[in-house]
Amino acid sequence: MNRRKERIDRGVKARSADIFALTSYREMLYLMIPGAVPVVALLCFSPMLSDYWREVIISTAIYALLAMSWDMLMCAGLLSLGQSLFFGIGSYISGSLNYYAGLPPILTLPIATILGGLLCTVLLLPVLRLRGIYFAMVTLVVPLMLSRLVEATRILGGTEGLTGLTPFPNQLTALFIIQLALLATLFGFRRIMGSDYGLVVKGISDNDRSVMSAGLNIYWYKAQVLFLGASVGCFAGAFGTHMDMFAGMPGFALDYSIMPVAAAVVGGVGTFAGPLIGAFILVPLSEMLRALGSLRMVFYGLFLVVFVVGMPEGIFAYIQRKYQQMERWVDVS
Amino acid sequence: MLLGTLIYGFVNSAILALLAMGFNLTFGISGVANFAYGAVYIFSGFSVWILLNTLGIPYLLAVLIAILLAALMGLAIYYGVILRIKGMPLSEVMATFGLGLAIMELFRYFDFVGFRYTLPVFIDGSFSIGDVYIDYQRMIIGLIAIGLTFGLYLFTNHTRTGLAFRAIAQDERTALTFGIDADLVGGLSMALGCALAAIAAVVILPLGTIAVEGGYEVLINALAVCIVGGLGSTVGILVASVLIGYSQTITANYLEPHWMMLVSLIAIAIVLVVKPSGLFSHQKELEERI
Repeated sequence: MNRRKERIDRGVKARSADIFALTSYREMLYLMIPGAVPVVALLCFSPMLSDYWREVIISTAIYALLAMSWDMLMCAGLLSLGQSLFFGIGSYISGSLNYYAGLPPILTLPIATILGGLLCTVLLLPVLRLRGIYFAMVTLVVPLMLSRLVEATRILGGTEGLTGLTPFPNQLTALFIIQLALLATLFGFRRIMGSDYGLVVKGISDNDRSVMSAGLNIYWYKAQVLFLGASVGCFAGAFGTHMDMFAGMPGFALDYSIMPVAAAVVGGVGTFAGPLIGAFILVPLSEMLRALGSLRMVFYGLFLVVFVVGMPEGIFAYIQRKYQQMERWVDVS
Repeated sequence: MLLGTLIYGFVNSAILALLAMGFNLTFGISGVANFAYGAVYIFSGFSVWILLNTLGIPYLLAVLIAILLAALMGLAIYYGVILRIKGMPLSEVMATFGLGLAIMELFRYFDFVGFRYTLPVFIDGSFSIGDVYIDYQRMIIGLIAIGLTFGLYLFTNHTRTGLAFRAIAQDERTALTFGIDADLVGGLSMALGCALAAIAAVVILPLGTIAVEGGYEVLINALAVCIVGGLGSTVGILVASVLIGYSQTITANYLEPHWMMLVSLIAIAIVLVVKPSGLFSHQKELEERI
């Protein structure tokens, strides 16, 4: 072992780092391609797929939204093991609005997004003072308890749930709605985290006390981040409800909690593109393994362990490194 | 009714204390929140069942083997997974959570579902106190909970290993200068925690069937008791399990059994708002809350 691997930024990365990137097409292309890939892949290629695979893409996108919502919370140091809370609340809000008040999906989706985000924020507000595993424990417990509450009080349809909800007009509409939401979330969240605001949020997760001593109210920031994450999760829930034409206790199921975490960890935490990639690997994979039944939960769990231990940076960081840097072996003897 | 509530509340408290003990021990000593705890519980239940019914091993021996297996599993989890990500609590939580999920769902995949998965009670029969009938198994649960509490107290206060455990819990660096191996103690605490989960499983599971969902319930109950009592505090665990146990029993008797699980949530919510570090936790207050 007389050699080591050396990594140097590619010339094009250095050249496109500032405003002079505008002077050359090559540099502009270099900057634009990573952003264009998901847009083109989602909007242009997915409508060409068969009905069955479009359905898979839709459910993948729902999980990807939950995973990005998880990632947003993680940026502020809030580890959530209960994404199904957001999914379930969004699903119940849009479901009951549609079931009892007869509102169409075009109204229930935005209402469930905003209202659900607010509701989840208020619900978790007392717990925001906790951090680390204490927050994780509470988020794990809350959705399971809420489903018990529904079971015990028999409100909102009880164990049977609300059935016969209005579906989307056709599959293509649903596909475009969820993909636009997905892209908006991806680029919106990346933009937020790239701004000064994102710097404060990152600071809260790195060292909350120093952010406090800078005179910033970290609870207010955490509440805002929670609202952002919860809204996206609730949108996913509301969308899934209209997709399945059903809102019920399965909305609080563990599937919606573990899958986003696994996707985000596989893809790369804190990048938002990572969770997207992770979801687009794991969900179609589990779809192909559908014959195995409940074994896919086992796969999610094992994926989670293997990536947390073996490749904590995730797939996205790996791709990013390959794109931005060149590697070569150097003799050090 | 009142006497019944008192007695069954006590049994319920003993069950909760047994469930929380192992989780609390591991967390209090090595700082690892073992989210695979429910999976270990279910694993021990099923392994006793398999040893007993498929391999035909005597009950007592099967129980001992199951407890040993659980302890080995704890060691394996610690050295295989946790040691590699030690010091990153969030990663520890995610890894143990994923592992626990994988174990539990694996049992579901191999079709360990149904009413035939029950363990026999230790001693059949029941006796009465006043006009309340109580079976021997429930009494054994109470006795074992009390016995384990005293046993753990003696272990942590009067044996070299137990003192090493406490030293690591109080100040890891100082303990290192005394030549205590932090990794070994962590592994042992994990093994002991898992063994306690196995004991709880063996004692409690004869009351009902062994179900995969039970694993999640166990984890939640353990978390509830630990949060209310204050993680890492033994007195807190006892007080919290008595509090939650009695309030659950009272709710079940005077309201409806459906509401029982909600009691834990409400207890957690109240405690988190009033005193987030739990009722009896002093030293770690700053770390978990700001």
